[in-house]
Amino acid sequence: MATTDQEVNELIKREYEHGFVTEIEADTFEPGLNEDVIARLSAIKKEPEWMLEWRLKAYRRWLEMEEPDWAHVGYPKIDYNSISYYSAPKRKEDMPQSLDEVDPELLKTYEKLGIPLHEREKLAGVAVDAVFDSVSVATTFKEPLAKAGVIFCSISEAVRDYPELVQKYLGTVVPHGDNFFAGLNSAVFSDGTFVYVPKGVRCPMELSTYFRINAANTGQFERTLIIADEGSYVSYLEGCTAPMRDENQLHAAVVELVALDDAQIKYSTVQNWYPGDENGKGGIYNFVTKRGACIGKNSKISWTQVETGSAVTWKYPSCVLRGENSVGEFYSVALTHNYQQADTGTKMIHLGKNTRSTIISKGISAGKSSNAYRGLVKFGPGAEGARNFTQCDSLLIGDRCGAHTFPYIESKNKSAIVEHEATTSKVSDEQMFLCRQRGIDPEQAVSMIVNGFCKEVFKELPMEFAVEAGKLLEVSLEGSVG
Amino acid sequence: MLSIKNLHASVEGKEILKGINLEIKAGEVHAIMGPNGSGKSTLSQVLAGNEAFEVTEGEVTLNGENLLDLETEERAREGIFLAFQYPVEIPGVSNLQFLRTAVNAMRTHRGEEEMNAAEFMKLAKEVSKQVDLDPSFLKRGVNEGFSGGEKKRNEIMQALLLQPKLAILDETDSGLDIDALKVVSDGVNALRSEDRAILMVTHYQRLLNHIVPDYVHVLAGGRIIKSGGRELALELEEKGYGWLGIKDEETADSAAN
Repeated sequence: MATTDQEVNELIKREYEHGFVTEIEADTFEPGLNEDVIARLSAIKKEPEWMLEWRLKAYRRWLEMEEPDWAHVGYPKIDYNSISYYSAPKRKEDMPQSLDEVDPELLKTYEKLGIPLHEREKLAGVAVDAVFDSVSVATTFKEPLAKAGVIFCSISEAVRDYPELVQKYLGTVVPHGDNFFAGLNSAVFSDGTFVYVPKGVRCPMELSTYFRINAANTGQFERTLIIADEGSYVSYLEGCTAPMRDENQLHAAVVELVALDDAQIKYSTVQNWYPGDENGKGGIYNFVTKRGACIGKNSKISWTQVETGSAVTWKYPSCVLRGENSVGEFYSVALTHNYQQADTGTKMIHLGKNTRSTIISKGISAGKSSNAYRGLVKFGPGAEGARNFTQCDSLLIGDRCGAHTFPYIESKNKSAIVEHEATTSKVSDEQMFLCRQRGIDPEQAVSMIVNGFCKEVFKELPMEFAVEAGKLLEVSLEGSVG
Repeated sequence: MLSIKNLHASVEGKEILKGINLEIKAGEVHAIMGPNGSGKSTLSQVLAGNEAFEVTEGEVTLNGENLLDLETEERAREGIFLAFQYPVEIPGVSNLQFLRTAVNAMRTHRGEEEMNAAEFMKLAKEVSKQVDLDPSFLKRGVNEGFSGGEKKRNEIMQALLLQPKLAILDETDSGLDIDALKVVSDGVNALRSEDRAILMVTHYQRLLNHIVPDYVHVLAGGRIIKSGGRELALELEEKGYGWLGIKDEETADSAAN
């Protein structure tokens, strides 16, 4: 069909909804990275000595590391000394205040992003930790959560208030030396979320963090640590957006999850960082290390991600399945458009007996974008009876984009079973013709077809997010027929 | 209602329709017959606005409005419906969601309120019974894993839901066993009304035993070479396309169907 591919591409021209900048006075470090900068950062956060030591150790290690270049992405070399490593809105105290004391400008910002920070209305059932540039500005529903014994606070607070828990688990899932970006994050992480769910507690509400980059020339390096003690359950969501800027900005986060015996963690992400403009100018470099350790028997960690933003994505939420009968899941939708590049997937490391994992990955490529699935399924010698099922589907829109699948399988146990399915399809002219012949607008048709393609993943998202994710794809696919 | 004058159309530079003239009035049922490759399906695709085909000459009007100026979806909203010969699958999109989106697109176009999920569910269940499709089909992906017969019934169900002005049925009988043919025909007959026209494209006469047309046209080499009433189809069945001087490699098989 002569023009349809082109037309479909026109349909996914997007307007980035969250590209505004908040005018707010901020304390921002001069660009540059050295041990003094790290010491200053640590001092501002009133961190104990051990934390600073930990950072410096990571920094020295990082200096010896090399930036990875194996991913199927390309970007100009990053000058790590041109980035500012700390920026925070000015305020009297360096602690998240009660909601009444939060700068109204900030409240307005979150309101505009659809994340009202008052404990009612739309997000009544969801507790939010709002991270603005380098700091957590507010955390809602702390009291009712505390009644249930759940600790939900910024990681900076946790370092001060729950040092024994932080020291016990920080860096155990993603150590300093794990990779270049994780090393950098360990040295300079500025805020993020800490969650501890005690034994036998089912967390009474959804927990979430909303990450907002606002300041220019800064990097955001958040660190999240979630610990689910024996027999507990928690569902956690994260969302993220940034202003539209011509310069690229770095976001290098580390997320560590720990599930003890019979515990379950459900971690969902809707990633909508600024993707750059239609010529590939600007956008966030999203270089993130996310890993969960199923330490306990019968534990379960489930990752669900909807990735529509960022100029370059490098992200492999993984599970280390150490406990017997533990379960890892990865459900992913990654949409790339214009010049976006994504290299994303997962690692399922089976160490314990009868461990099971499921990987469902849906990649959608449009425009001139490149979308790669990279996944490792590994069975250690002790992974008796372990099994994995992997399904990777790619959907191409137009003929100038690319989809790639890089599956790696390593098995040191003969009893392990792995199944792998992969498909590549296109939004076909016939499908478009059928929809249009039934009176449906072309853009609605594309959106419907893409949503259908992602259905298996969307059904894994918590209700509030499933609706949000569906809408996000619609927005991403918005435009007019060329 | 529909007026086709000297319609020429080509695909990939090859001319398929070489001057079609046809007038269809509201309430009429027309059958277009012809051997394979005569341009029957092309005619239905061109009327529905498939962009793979290029109209090089001629005009088509629907109730006086120039149809060829309209986009595919606009034609659909003006009341053109095409029942596909090979309906395509849309995985993960439920039939129900697809149909409601379509029905609401039409309603919005007519300035009517959209139907909510509950209202639509009720309507869709009723209509699915009319074509003997279990309501569970509504929850399945569009044509996903449907048998040939189920796909055809699903097409007719859509026509019944969308209530078009002109329903074009492209080889709706192909691949149907006799029971399914009966169900589909009953569905089409239920569509017949004074203010609606039906254009059936078929290779075989047997469909016309179930849906009796007012007019029969024989298409060959991109032109209508003969028109007549119901009796023309019977005559064709008896004498074969060869009677009109047309080669058709499938005529010999038609008796078997």
